[in-house]
Amino acid sequence: MSTIPSAPRGGPLVEVRGLRKSFGELHVLRGVDLTVASGSVTVLIGPSGSGKTTALRCLNALEVPEAGVVRVGDCEVDFSRPVDKRTARTLRTQSGMVFQSHNLFPHMTVLQNIMEGPVTVQRRPREEVRTEALTLLDRVGLAEKADQFPFQLSGGQQQRVGIARALAIRPRLMLFDEPTSALDPELVGEVLTVMKDLAEQGWTMVVVTHEIRFAQAVADQVLFLDGGVVVERGAPDAVLTAPREPRTRRFLQRLLDPL
Amino acid sequence: MEQGIDWQLVRDSILPLLDGLVRGTIPVTAISFVLGLLLAVLVALMRLSKVRLVSWLARAYVSVIRGTPLLLQLFIIFFGLPAFGVTLDPYPSAIIAFTLNVAGYASEVVRASILAIPRGQWEAASSIGMDYATTLRRVVLPQATRVAVPPLSNTLISLVKDTSLASTILVTEMFRKAQEIAAPTFQFFTLYTVAAVIYWVVCFVLSVVQTRAEHRLGRYVAA
Repeated sequence: MSTIPSAPRGGPLVEVRGLRKSFGELHVLRGVDLTVASGSVTVLIGPSGSGKTTALRCLNALEVPEAGVVRVGDCEVDFSRPVDKRTARTLRTQSGMVFQSHNLFPHMTVLQNIMEGPVTVQRRPREEVRTEALTLLDRVGLAEKADQFPFQLSGGQQQRVGIARALAIRPRLMLFDEPTSALDPELVGEVLTVMKDLAEQGWTMVVVTHEIRFAQAVADQVLFLDGGVVVERGAPDAVLTAPREPRTRRFLQRLLDPL
Repeated sequence: MEQGIDWQLVRDSILPLLDGLVRGTIPVTAISFVLGLLLAVLVALMRLSKVRLVSWLARAYVSVIRGTPLLLQLFIIFFGLPAFGVTLDPYPSAIIAFTLNVAGYASEVVRASILAIPRGQWEAASSIGMDYATTLRRVVLPQATRVAVPPLSNTLISLVKDTSLASTILVTEMFRKAQEIAAPTFQFFTLYTVAAVIYWVVCFVLSVVQTRAEHRLGRYVAA
């Protein structure tokens, strides 16, 4: 991975054009375009079934779209042609993925979880990785949990380990799929704080979330998806406080005032 | 003829029976189980393959193994194959038959255990760059092992006792020893009882090992 030159800072790190995906008869994505500037935070919002999670998962080929071009850094994949596994894996390792249900490896300790990618996949020297993993753990505030198993941690701590594991493969881009949706309300803050820190450190991030306040505080651009298309996009102030589209307005209203 | 237990004969037969256990029953069981398990993983992965033909082959294999008597499988390999010019000694014949048989049953256990691992584990593994083989080796199979231990223990314990069928193709495992000693003395009850007790002790020990293995593999799971 280290042989790939880094993208020019400030230029778009991610470019997505014409993303299409259907599950059987259900058209989940119907032509989604997306540009993410290097070092910026993009937040995808939208009702369930709007395609926001699928769009995110297409960015690292966990979901294979039927058509569309995805470029991350200088790895560009055209999905309208058959994509071989190696290409998909190259695209995938450009980004670190944080899942809604953390998906930590339960049979490995916290430290082993973080070291697994760098050691087993990237074949980096174990001692060097170990030092780096401990630093990452410290950054997410869990240095003292290194030798615990995931089941011994709270949901918020598990999710922070998930973030450290994703960072450990040295990605250029961080993807977050509803990272706080499965958490008890009082644990949401600790995860969002870590994400905010990453944003301030200049990480390029694409985040699917319902945390509107996070989007307002951290995002550079917000995309509202509905029915598999981007209905509205722009700066958080514009999209979240003064949405032009009635659908965006209705969605935000329901989110802020569920009753 | 006097009935009941002949204790002198019990004492005299213990050593020959244990000899049959150590040189017949245990090695045949151990080798067949290990080879059978390896083959079972292969068959399970074939069955899970997206390639129809591969999956179908595995399915057919399991169907044949489970649909025919183990005794018949033993006989086909020992008495049947010579007709095609393949003549095997009793020992290898038994090991081949038991291996193939274990693989048939255990592959379904392995398959179910792999399917029991949540999809998110596969996704997390590929998100850190793992390919299929690495994901299996590092993430899925270690967790599937925990799920598989109780049903695989069943397979193993059955196998210990099923090896007595190898007596019919002249393998001198423990049951055949019991028959050999009993025949001239007519003390069938005594000999078969002693053999039964030894089989039970072996299976009991395996159950204890199973419990320990479950405990050990469960240490990363919340109580």
